[in-house]
Amino acid sequence: MNQPHICVENLNVYYGPDPSLRDVSITLPGRQIIAVIGPSGCGKTTFLKSLNRMVELAEGARVTGRVLVDGEDIYSPTAEVTAIRKKMGLLSQTPRPLPMSIYENVAYGPRIHGLNDRRKLDEIVEFRLRQVGLWEEVKDRLGQPASRISIGQQQRLCLARGLAVEPEIILADEPTSALDPMSSRRIEECFLELKKDYTIVIVTHILRQARRLADYAAFFYCGRLVEHGPAARMFENPTQRETIEYVKGIIS
Amino acid sequence: MGLSNRTKRSLLYDRAAAGLMGVMTRFSGLIVVVIAAGLFWKSVPILKNQSLFSLLFSSEWYPLRGQFGFLPFIMGSLWVTGTAMILAVPPCLLTAIYLAEYAPRGIREGVRPLIDLLAGIPSVIYGVWGVLVVVPWVKRAAGWFGYSTSGYCVLSAGIVLAVMIFPVIIHMTVEIVRAVPQEIREASLSLGATQWQTIKKVVLRKAFGGVLAAIVLGLSRAFGETMAVLMVAGNAVRSPAGFLDPAYPLPALIANNYGEMMSIPLYDSAMMLACLILLGVVLVFNILAKLVLIRIQKEIQ
Repeated sequence: MNQPHICVENLNVYYGPDPSLRDVSITLPGRQIIAVIGPSGCGKTTFLKSLNRMVELAEGARVTGRVLVDGEDIYSPTAEVTAIRKKMGLLSQTPRPLPMSIYENVAYGPRIHGLNDRRKLDEIVEFRLRQVGLWEEVKDRLGQPASRISIGQQQRLCLARGLAVEPEIILADEPTSALDPMSSRRIEECFLELKKDYTIVIVTHILRQARRLADYAAFFYCGRLVEHGPAARMFENPTQRETIEYVKGIIS
Repeated sequence: MGLSNRTKRSLLYDRAAAGLMGVMTRFSGLIVVVIAAGLFWKSVPILKNQSLFSLLFSSEWYPLRGQFGFLPFIMGSLWVTGTAMILAVPPCLLTAIYLAEYAPRGIREGVRPLIDLLAGIPSVIYGVWGVLVVVPWVKRAAGWFGYSTSGYCVLSAGIVLAVMIFPVIIHMTVEIVRAVPQEIREASLSLGATQWQTIKKVVLRKAFGGVLAAIVLGLSRAFGETMAVLMVAGNAVRSPAGFLDPAYPLPALIANNYGEMMSIPLYDSAMMLACLILLGVVLVFNILAKLVLIRIQKEIQ
């Protein structure tokens, strides 16, 4: 089967005196879609952001435990945070295009990592925009500000922007919650296509979306990881009381 | 079943208070218009006597002969303000970026109020500091490089002004930079950008208009500042040719001479025109900056 890609060991995250995420240990399989589910405020997003150390940006946040990506502890003092983040593309709830043109949004990542060859950049931009199915829609207006395209297109642009730095992992935080149904479907189709090459961790509070997409699922409740396992088993035969109630829609 | 006297009286007070406050508010809103109109009305005599062009671009300042060329004073203001901006803008931007993006909470909450306090220091104190500290220092430092100056010059005034506008620029810039949504920073950082790359290419790009407006607000403050500049600028009536020359900015001209030589024909009107120019420049800068800021705040929300 698939190689484990991310190993989380005894992870605790504190924003104040009490942990927002307590003692989470989980191994995430590679090249699959992993759905992180649970009611709002249960620590899903915190968990996601702790995978690329984005959680540290919150003032006063403190992390204990280990997160191993490809065997390397990303919280070790010697780990280099930009290299870690480059490995993981992040897709946020509402699309946040950078304040520049469509072209420059996709070229931004390669540029900051030192690529300046215009021809290569052109190739990357076209390839990544095709990959998310946006090329035909925007190829004639690559120079326009990215804020001018529709919000669904913006989210696909953000995905292309993330892919352009050649990550191994895609982290998505409720990526369709701000989108209309059609745009949501296109994002989901992208994910299904991308999982051949990438490990995708998607936080969602939409149970049906998790069922549609996930190969693996992790259920969080009140800052704890209650249960995790292959999606089919998680949705058909959950073992923990909270999971059963959540999957059946008794708690949400 | 009439209302009790007490209630009637309360209602009367309520109406009176609302009316009074309304009048006060309208009055203070009108002040600037009234002042501008008054200044214009008083400067009409000199505008009738000489063309605006010759008033603005002539260097002939001989009030006794009826010649009022404002160029030396306008140039004095430009030199002093320009020097202040050159000295103030880079450190202000770096400080503001540090405070908004890098500083741990303790430093941010400790230093920001201290910087804001600079804005509350009376300008005459800046003037005294300029005379006692900056002027001798500039004189000595110029001497090391083989220049001689009294120390009462453009550079001294620029240094004093720069410190005076620190709080204006820093305060505004911090606000603007912190208003940039966190998610945009995250988007850039998640691509493996460093914090400095993120600030330079994303945050400042988003905040550019606002930062510019903050600088313009500082500029208009510097342009209109009177007391501190008057005490250190040297006040010699000729256009400065360098940083070590004395300058005579417009506000200093007005403060020094208004009321002194009123027996000279048209002098009073010339002073009023100087006030009008000063007011006009400062108002235009302020309005432009405010317009930009309003637009940016809308855009960010």
